[in-house]
Amino acid sequence: MKAFTTHRGLVSPMDRANVDTDMIIPKQFLKSIKRSGFGPNLFDELRYLDEGQPGADCSNRPINTEFPLNFPRYKGASILLARKNFGCGSSREHAPWALEDYGFNAIIAPSYADIFYNNCFKNGLLPVILSEEQVDTLFDEMEAQEGYQLAIDLHTQTVSTDTGHVFHFELDEFRKECLLQGLDEIGLTLQHADQIKAYEADRAQQHPWVFGAIK
Amino acid sequence: MGRTLYDKLWDSHLVKQNSDGSSLIYIDRHVIHEVTSPQAFEGLRLAGRAPWRLDTNIATPDHNISTDKAERGAGVAGMTDEVSRIQVQTLDDNCDLYGIKEFKINEMGQGIVHVMGPELGATMPGMTVVCGDSHTATHGALACLAHGIGTSEVEHVLATQCLVAKKMKNMRVTVNGTLGAGVTPKDVVLAIIGKIGTAGGNEHAIEFAGSVFRDMSIEGRMTVCNMAIEAGARVGMVAVDQKTIDYCEGRQFVPKGEMFEQAVDYWNTLTSDADALFDTEVTLQADDIAPQVTWGTSPEMVAPVTASVPTLDEQSSEERRKGLERALEYMGLEGGQAINSIKVDRVFIGSCTNSRIEDMRAAAAIARGRQVASSVKQVLVVPGSQMVKAQAEAEGLDKIFIDAGMDWREPGCSMCLAMNADKLGAGEHCASTSNRNFEGRQGNGGRTHLMSPAMAAAAAVAGHIVDVREFVGGDQ
Ligand code: SF4
Repeated sequence: MKAFTTHRGLVSPMDRANVDTDMIIPKQFLKSIKRSGFGPNLFDELRYLDEGQPGADCSNRPINTEFPLNFPRYKGASILLARKNFGCGSSREHAPWALEDYGFNAIIAPSYADIFYNNCFKNGLLPVILSEEQVDTLFDEMEAQEGYQLAIDLHTQTVSTDTGHVFHFELDEFRKECLLQGLDEIGLTLQHADQIKAYEADRAQQHPWVFGAIK
Repeated sequence: MGRTLYDKLWDSHLVKQNSDGSSLIYIDRHVIHEVTSPQAFEGLRLAGRAPWRLDTNIATPDHNISTDKAERGAGVAGMTDEVSRIQVQTLDDNCDLYGIKEFKINEMGQGIVHVMGPELGATMPGMTVVCGDSHTATHGALACLAHGIGTSEVEHVLATQCLVAKKMKNMRVTVNGTLGAGVTPKDVVLAIIGKIGTAGGNEHAIEFAGSVFRDMSIEGRMTVCNMAIEAGARVGMVAVDQKTIDYCEGRQFVPKGEMFEQAVDYWNTLTSDADALFDTEVTLQADDIAPQVTWGTSPEMVAPVTASVPTLDEQSSEERRKGLERALEYMGLEGGQAINSIKVDRVFIGSCTNSRIEDMRAAAAIARGRQVASSVKQVLVVPGSQMVKAQAEAEGLDKIFIDAGMDWREPGCSMCLAMNADKLGAGEHCASTSNRNFEGRQGNGGRTHLMSPAMAAAAAVAGHIVDVREFVGGDQ
């Protein structure tokens, strides 16, 4: 997995609450059996004026010029500034895949849906949680200044603005470590294979019906 | 101090507690479908790994398959959408390659993952159940610790039979009293979401408790647990009682004889202790719950069918006003408009929330002897599984639907997420028994109104949203 340590980049807005995974990547793109290539279809229904089809070329599609991600000033953004309960809805990991493929490295929002939050870490995408007031401040500063950038440091768990704000954010120690080092979680778990087997042996004694039924 | 049901389920699956606060949790049952698994199998292959255990996995295609009789009859090879066909074929290939039990597209047993798991007895009380689908909490109706996972975790479970997890907080939602006529489990869960909001259950596991859930059938409990995720919680559960045990007995993968007795002894311990503490408590009264309808673009935008769409002036904050304005514009509604004045263009009866036999019966009870209004373009009735379909046909329900002018379909997710051909046109209103009313969920520009199966059938007949209680007793 891709590691995340520090990142400095252009910020773009997604100024609405409860952005759901279908908005992030509409369901027709879930038919793909691949993990990559979802970036051009990120926020597809908002970004384009026509209906997107999986596998189709997006370069000549009519663009919704009112959608901020299409504003020239946000071109090349790598940090998405969002509102509460971001990523609600389905468990589709295609949502972080699309954000990552588009070029985002981090999201900043007051809260996230649990499954989406979890999925981000598996893909080197950092979901930062700040308070509503802090997020408001960042929105105000971003709107006021073209080319607005933020610096995120995962070691110190801070988001810094060029205007001098330093906002601290919380996250689990385990997730932080995995992300900092880009660790392969499956490999880590398999280091405990003996413990898993011991658990299974014990459990098979107590609850034998859990094993062997499905063949 | 006593333990909650969630505490007990967590403790009994704890493989290892890490010093950083995370834990390794053992997974008993892994349910697989075509959409969120191909990348996981590919990851497994690329890393040169094999599944940890085979007898834990159960697979079926559901999200992406046609519900049309003619197309389904032709099997996977006959799927007209080439991209979808490849995905379903990939599931078949992966299951065949590794020897994973799959109920294939037209086999008895196939169905929506959260319908087929419990009905086959693949889900049993006390298990940890995961699936790459957010409505996995459905299985919690059988006192399981069940939740949705992403594709990386699908791969993790395949490879290790474990998940790295952090314990959630305990929430108890208690509903006491007796539900009125025409008020169903769907109305109860929509009322709960209306009360606590779509983020109300974030970071919590919810246990549904109180006389309403004790009196409720297992299928009804599944409808409630199913939508825990719309209340922000990954996990929803109901404690074991005699109904749970009766439901499980005799199902395909449930043990028999002595082992069943042994299992029942254990299952009976799966309740919260009387002195267990919950981090958050929510209480509702059954008498206060009327049939519910969503009018907006989030499940929390819900109201009793007798109410009106909220107005902009009533909103407490600028953010709420903006949210409401956007929702009303998308839905093509005016603030203050009576909910039962909303006309419907299509009706969808199905999805893992409401496609079990009791749901089919409830819809049929309204449809019997009546006709779909001429203004309604289509009514899709989609049973949740092959077994539900067979049972419904044995009871003659299919005839009732067809006689009323409805479409009786093959099992699958269908217009719940509109990945296949079943979808709304832009601007169309749909009375739907599914679980999400987000913008575009049932088709680009489509307008979803969530409600119970009886309410949806009533809307089909009336041509607009209507209080099903006007139909109760009026059966012809
Ligand atoms: S019916 Fe809908 S919510 Fe349920 S599993 Fe299928 S797509 Fe998901």
